[in-house]
Amino acid sequence: MPRTTIYEAQTIRLQILMPDGSVDRSLMPTVDDGQILALYRGMATMRAVDEKALKLQRQGRMGTWAPLRGQEAAQAGVAHALEPEDWIVPAFREMGVLIMRGVPIHHIMTYWVGDSRGAVHPDFPRILPTAVPVGSQLLHGAGIGMAMELRDEPHAAVAFAGDGASSEGDFHEALNFAAVFKARTVFVIQNNQWAISVPFSKQTVVSSIAQKAHAYGLPGIQVDGNDVFAVYVAVKEALEQARAGRGPSLIEAFTYRMGDHTTADDASRYRTKEEVESWEAKSPIARLRLFMTAQGLWDQAQEENLRTEVEGLIEEEVRLMESRAPLEPGSMFQHMYADLPWNLKEQMESLQAEVAS
Amino acid sequence: MSAHATTTTPQVEKLTIAQAVKAALRQEMQRDERVIILGEDVGKDGGVFRATEGLLDEFGERRVMDTPLAESGIVGTSVGLALAGFRPVVEIQFTGFVYPALNQLLAHVARFRHRTFGRMHLPMVVRMPYGGGIHAPEHHSESYESIFLNTPGLKVAVPSNPYDAKGLLAAAIRDEDPVIFMEPKLIYRAFRQDVPAEPYTVEFGTARVAKEGANLTLIAYGAMVRVAMDAAEVLQKDGVSAEVLDLRTLNPLDKDAVIGSARKTGRVVIVHEAPRTAGFGAELSALIMEHALLELLAPVQRVAGFDVTFPLPKIEGHYMPSAARVVRAARAALEF
Ligand SMILES: Cc1ncc(C[n+]2csc(CCOP(=O)(O)OP(=O)(O)O)c2C)c(N)n1
Ligand SMILES: [Mg+2]
Repeated sequence: MPRTTIYEAQTIRLQILMPDGSVDRSLMPTVDDGQILALYRGMATMRAVDEKALKLQRQGRMGTWAPLRGQEAAQAGVAHALEPEDWIVPAFREMGVLIMRGVPIHHIMTYWVGDSRGAVHPDFPRILPTAVPVGSQLLHGAGIGMAMELRDEPHAAVAFAGDGASSEGDFHEALNFAAVFKARTVFVIQNNQWAISVPFSKQTVVSSIAQKAHAYGLPGIQVDGNDVFAVYVAVKEALEQARAGRGPSLIEAFTYRMGDHTTADDASRYRTKEEVESWEAKSPIARLRLFMTAQGLWDQAQEENLRTEVEGLIEEEVRLMESRAPLEPGSMFQHMYADLPWNLKEQMESLQAEVAS
Repeated sequence: MSAHATTTTPQVEKLTIAQAVKAALRQEMQRDERVIILGEDVGKDGGVFRATEGLLDEFGERRVMDTPLAESGIVGTSVGLALAGFRPVVEIQFTGFVYPALNQLLAHVARFRHRTFGRMHLPMVVRMPYGGGIHAPEHHSESYESIFLNTPGLKVAVPSNPYDAKGLLAAAIRDEDPVIFMEPKLIYRAFRQDVPAEPYTVEFGTARVAKEGANLTLIAYGAMVRVAMDAAEVLQKDGVSAEVLDLRTLNPLDKDAVIGSARKTGRVVIVHEAPRTAGFGAELSALIMEHALLELLAPVQRVAGFDVTFPLPKIEGHYMPSAARVVRAARAALEF
């Protein structure tokens, strides 16, 4: 047999909740009404925070913001599947995950106005800070999953990245390490079709990120990232496998970045209005609302109540963020090392003298 | 342009630094078809700072390549492209994102000519915006020229104005050795300058006297040249005549200009925004001490970034060297 097949593979795509709000009952996860409402509320909150942040940015009250509009289901589905002891390793667009895990909104915003006190929250020691260097954080997720495996802890790490990140070497090293060491890690790649101005089709010649998992020997699946149930089911299953020590997995949430890359970007330079509109029709929030309405779980009055409540909440969070005492300039010298070396001490004193004069 | 149009080419254009970079890229691509551009978002988007705007339309996808998001990939494939006859000009989106490519730059790009006994060499340019003060998120404000300056085999250019940006970049592209081209993003669009419309080069290793002076020398490069000029103006009001030296290229360094000015004035303040410790100021200071010790009237002063992680926007203003800090250091030298 000089020529034999040594490997064959297929990649699955999972979709449960359709854009018209209908669901495939056979695939529907067991979620009670309370959970569905929590998912909806989480997604609506993300959307409202995103819109508020963009408004603040235009008023000069926010730094650069990376809008997550369109990716609410991809983030809510993951957040909902997590347990408090699981680790979260975000990239830079995962504010939605943090919001749903209960990190105070004013705290998240603090980071994005350019104040490092917002980087991590003391009550959430297992949520890592934002990782701007694209893809680099995936290795941290693999390492944390290795630690869970080495100590046989029944917890997992979820590491996030985007489609662009799948081109970085770190992505491939992370998948390989995770597989080799059976890391308790779930990689969630939000394929939002764009890496700033570069479309997914220029990132790779294959049609999914999920299929890249085959090369490293871990399960990979693509889910409709605008379908919160599909995301939740896939991540929940993967987390259960990981927590039980049955290895890592890769989940590609196929979604769309509805906004600009960041407030420093102008997406109209490189993509068409028609493309954006075609994704508007697949909105993750609208389809869950349609489903809930059809189930008799939701009506216009509830929608309006929620909107008012969320708006009030966000106003209060912005107030909290903005009423915080300004960050001391001298803080830049703190925490560089466990102790303060002489050169930093000298420099700190010179800055303090300058500020005082 | 229509074939019938009777156009007189303007002798000079008023350009920003970003536009001057684009002008150099365009003219060098017109001059030499081996020149190609690779990078993230350099094509359709024209680069996040628009330094490659319009080049995709003019030269096509085979010469202006939007690459996958992978810095090691961009620089590593450029090594191959250069070895096989192209002259790649790479854009790294921000200096803080060059790290994945450091393996290629330090382990290969810098060493190729030497380790092949001159049989292979790499005519390539790695452009990268550097520096702080633009209220950007983490990793968007770094100034890590020291990494490259402590890597023998790499040349490092840092323009401070549109004229030099165009001429130095053209020289970098025509250079037979690899050049790290650091662009001061703080002043990408801060001002315009008359720049010759024709292609020209600014020779590497020639510093520019930005202002002549007698009592004190301020040495700077990139975005800090303006800070030094502002400080010189303040000092002038106090009757102190400061010379401002703009290095333009850090490697090769115009040693004669540095030593000459130090000998002339006897007092030197070096300004850079990179962290102080093991920054280029330390090298300059040592060089001056080695060659002008007896002419010095005061210890060489350094005004530099602090030895800290570049701070987030809320307090970054306190990190950046200011004219006031330069003036204070100048007074310390004058009153020594
Ligand atoms: C190593 C590195 N290179 C470049 C950048 C600049 N940059 C920031 S985000 C981005 C695109 C990321 O695309 P993707 O991974 O798809 O994530 P998305 O922005 O779509 O969420 C780029 C090029 C960076 N932050 N890090
Ligand atoms: Mg993307």
